[in-house]
Amino acid sequence: MKVVIMGCGRVGAQLAALLDEDGHKVTVLDIEPYSFRRLPASFKGTALGGDGTDEDSLKKAGIEEADAFVAVTQGDNRNVMAAQIAKHIFNVPKVVCRIYDPLREELYHTLGLETISPTRIGAQLLKDLVVG
Amino acid sequence: MYIIVVGGGKVGFYLTTALLNEGHEVLVLEKDVKRCEFITEQLGSVVQRGDGCEARTLAEVGTERANMLIAVTDEDEDNLVACQVAKRMFRVPRTIARINNPKNEKLFKKLGIDVTVSSTNIILEHIEEEVPTHPLVHLLTLTGGGLNIVELKIPENSRAVGKRMKEITVPPDSVICLMIGKWGALVPTSDTILEAEARIVAVTRPEAEGALRVALTE
Repeated sequence: MKVVIMGCGRVGAQLAALLDEDGHKVTVLDIEPYSFRRLPASFKGTALGGDGTDEDSLKKAGIEEADAFVAVTQGDNRNVMAAQIAKHIFNVPKVVCRIYDPLREELYHTLGLETISPTRIGAQLLKDLVVG
Repeated sequence: MYIIVVGGGKVGFYLTTALLNEGHEVLVLEKDVKRCEFITEQLGSVVQRGDGCEARTLAEVGTERANMLIAVTDEDEDNLVACQVAKRMFRVPRTIARINNPKNEKLFKKLGIDVTVSSTNIILEHIEEEVPTHPLVHLLTLTGGGLNIVELKIPENSRAVGKRMKEITVPPDSVICLMIGKWGALVPTSDTILEAEARIVAVTRPEAEGALRVALTE
């Protein structure tokens, strides 16, 4: 599977490493190349400096042939915009988008994006640990 | 009309001033506390501190009764999300987004934003007008029709000089509406003779602009 990941933070780098270990073809995109230090030395995929909300950068990252796109930058709105570009302009079959704000996540989920809110999930898990 | 402006920067501030002068009810959403204080000092209590992309903030300011939301921050992704949340969650009838990167125009339209204003393109067009050597100037884009109104100057060495309108091959979908000379302006007929140094105003499709320029200036 060809996967493009936008954002090489802790989650992005970890996800890239996991997919790479399983033999997938991974490209990680980040505005700040310094972020690529988080990738393990064994990483065999591509790390590319660029803006994931820019169509040309996405093309360079191989979005046109990608089977999946994951948006995990720090900015909810950046993720939402990049995910919509991947889905509606490049017709990537699988698009997943992280949105911290639970209300925004709910909206974009109903609009047809595959979304995940670490805030909602994290709070629920913590609550279960505290009272459960 | 009740209009919500997202972003109280320079554009947001002057936009709000203009809308207030026209008698509209305006509310500005701005994240920065200093900027909020400045706008309140200048324009009165028209600001709410908050993130215009957040559904909770938009609910607090009564977005469901807003007639229009205009997002003018300097981040395209923020303008996109503010408009989408307003449109999809609060059914705001009209959303307008400022775009900084002209490449985003197509995307925003596709994602349901009613109107996009590309500040970069507008600035480019105005500078184009002021560059004297530029052969073809965009005066206006007719929304929805895919047509532009353009202006060209007929140089002295053009083959069109001295010819009648009917002798000129104008590309299809292009109409010459006006010839402006030192003597004033006229609506040309098929017998009008094209003069050197005259300015031509024409309606054309973007793809025919090149052919129109060749017909009149080369």
